[in-house]
Amino acid sequence: MKNHKLQLIGSACVAALICAGQLGCSKSDADSGKGSPGSSGGKTTLQIQGSDTMVNLAQAWAEAYRGVKPDVSIEVGGGGSGVGIAALINGTIEIATSSRDMKKEERAKAQQQSGKEAKEITVGFDCLAIYVHKDNPMNEISIEQLASIYAEGGNLANWSGLGGNVPGCQSGEIIRVSRQSSSGTYEFFREHVLNKKDFKLGSRDMNGSKEVVDLVMHTPCAIGYSGMGYATPEVKMLKVSAKAGAPSYPPNIENAQKKTYPISRPLFLYTLGEPQGAAKEFIQWALSDAGQKIVQETGYVPVPKQQQAKL
Amino acid sequence: MFPCQSSSRRSCKSRTHSRFIVSSPVTLVAARGEARPAAAARTAKPRRARWAIAAEKTLELIIRLCGISAIIFVLSIFYFVFVKAAPMLVDPGFSISEFLFSTKWYPTSEVNVRYGVFALIVGTFSVTALAMLIAVPFGLGAAIFVSEFCGKRLKEALKITIELLAAIPSVVWGFIGLTVMNKVIIDITGAPVGLNVLNGGLILALMSVPIIVSIGEDALKAVPDSYREAGIALGATKWQLVYKVLLPAAKTGLLAAVLLGVGRAVGETMAVLMATGHAVNIPHSILDSVRTLTATIAAELGETQENSAHYRVLFMIGVLLFSITFAINLTADLIVRGIKKR
Repeated sequence: MKNHKLQLIGSACVAALICAGQLGCSKSDADSGKGSPGSSGGKTTLQIQGSDTMVNLAQAWAEAYRGVKPDVSIEVGGGGSGVGIAALINGTIEIATSSRDMKKEERAKAQQQSGKEAKEITVGFDCLAIYVHKDNPMNEISIEQLASIYAEGGNLANWSGLGGNVPGCQSGEIIRVSRQSSSGTYEFFREHVLNKKDFKLGSRDMNGSKEVVDLVMHTPCAIGYSGMGYATPEVKMLKVSAKAGAPSYPPNIENAQKKTYPISRPLFLYTLGEPQGAAKEFIQWALSDAGQKIVQETGYVPVPKQQQAKL
Repeated sequence: MFPCQSSSRRSCKSRTHSRFIVSSPVTLVAARGEARPAAAARTAKPRRARWAIAAEKTLELIIRLCGISAIIFVLSIFYFVFVKAAPMLVDPGFSISEFLFSTKWYPTSEVNVRYGVFALIVGTFSVTALAMLIAVPFGLGAAIFVSEFCGKRLKEALKITIELLAAIPSVVWGFIGLTVMNKVIIDITGAPVGLNVLNGGLILALMSVPIIVSIGEDALKAVPDSYREAGIALGATKWQLVYKVLLPAAKTGLLAAVLLGVGRAVGETMAVLMATGHAVNIPHSILDSVRTLTATIAAELGETQENSAHYRVLFMIGVLLFSITFAINLTADLIVRGIKKR
């Protein structure tokens, strides 16, 4: 009798395996349909992904928004502006965050894939801060100096070339800390500091805004660039001048709004077509006083009312 | 009820066990026939329900599929990766020799896009080589100690700890490399930056040691005790026993352990992405930063437009990685065969 039982169990297992296989298939079919705002059990989910510079900001928004609209849950992801824009074009998210403009090819691709035009909403400003170790005696740097440190063919490789030795940095070599190529910060820096020239190979390409600051904090020889929202007391932000000899300005809210800081940039949200429904309500809230207060709290610069887009 | 009546006494005793060993009714009958020829003639036609036979056949088929699925998966993965990369091979702007031997990696340049992965290949090999230089002696030594020298209690404690070491996620290793090791390496060596081959190699070594230890220990355990007894009977010391008897007897398994360690090191992504500095650079010493093939795919694939040149080149790197691991495994296999022949 026992053997028959075992056979029964065996065939039940086979049946279960086959069923599981089919279930698995049909489930993945259902999964691939996500992309449009999913609502399950009365709860709407908004997916936001993109800029590493804006991850902290988007997360702070998501948390605060829970108190405003408890039935909307917001999922935030990073990866870099390029990753967010690619995901928006592919239709896997509703809102992309970006610290750079969408490129022509990307706009064309979005139009071609969805039939909708990408909509750009400025939600804040950032000063692209130049970070050095806190023991570094330097206080200011010009865009030209930055270009000859970072650009291909640039000849600044030692701190002595910038007029000083850094305590704790025995070799005197400038350790260039940069970002991976999917980063909007990387592209912004290349466009506005290197004048579209390529980066010198051999820079340490970090995978996030915070990693740049972390590495600079622990490395006396290092110089790096990242959003000013990531500043800590352990690192020093240099004043930046547009040209050698021109006045230099520290990265702060005032200099970003007056546009005196030479490498300040807008922070964007992108949607495909005019934002609708939950996405629209969220963006309107992000531009409201409550949302803009969070922009300031996370270390960035709010958008003045008259410059805000009408939704 | 039925197999017990007609089969030998031995299979009756361990009934459940025999059900898993005997794979089909045909062999069942054959085995019985050998045991008792007269009984075989009487039960030439098994009195079993048709559905039971069908179920067993299906089960056998599924198990067979499971067995060959590895081949199917490997081939289909290779096919998928290769198909994504292949159009680049006929692209006029792309040359395979530039891809393999140029150190200029500018996939997103606005002025001059260049795809040269030589520095990335050197980066992968330098980190892996350093990791193996550290991990192989440590791993095999630990395997020998755990298997042959230590007491029962210590053995259990060590095994649990080593398994725990294997369970640490690679991003945690990477984080340790980025924050802790970076500072330590700068302080000790005076290097300008602590994210380099040394950092990546140390972390990869720590990650592959558990694999080498547990598989190496299994290989040593598989050596029959009669070998040990014979060695001791001949008056060999414990060290002579290990060196002259156990290591040669277990060498295939030990090589497999080392190879899986190498595989882990070559394929590891997140930890090396964070710990090596991710700098396109040919290293001149172990204190230079490098970038590996895997880390490049991980950092860049997310932003590429599907089927763009950059996307295809990243898949080409995938094909390259695949070829590298295949070459390593093939060489090892040939070495093992060579050892066996001798």
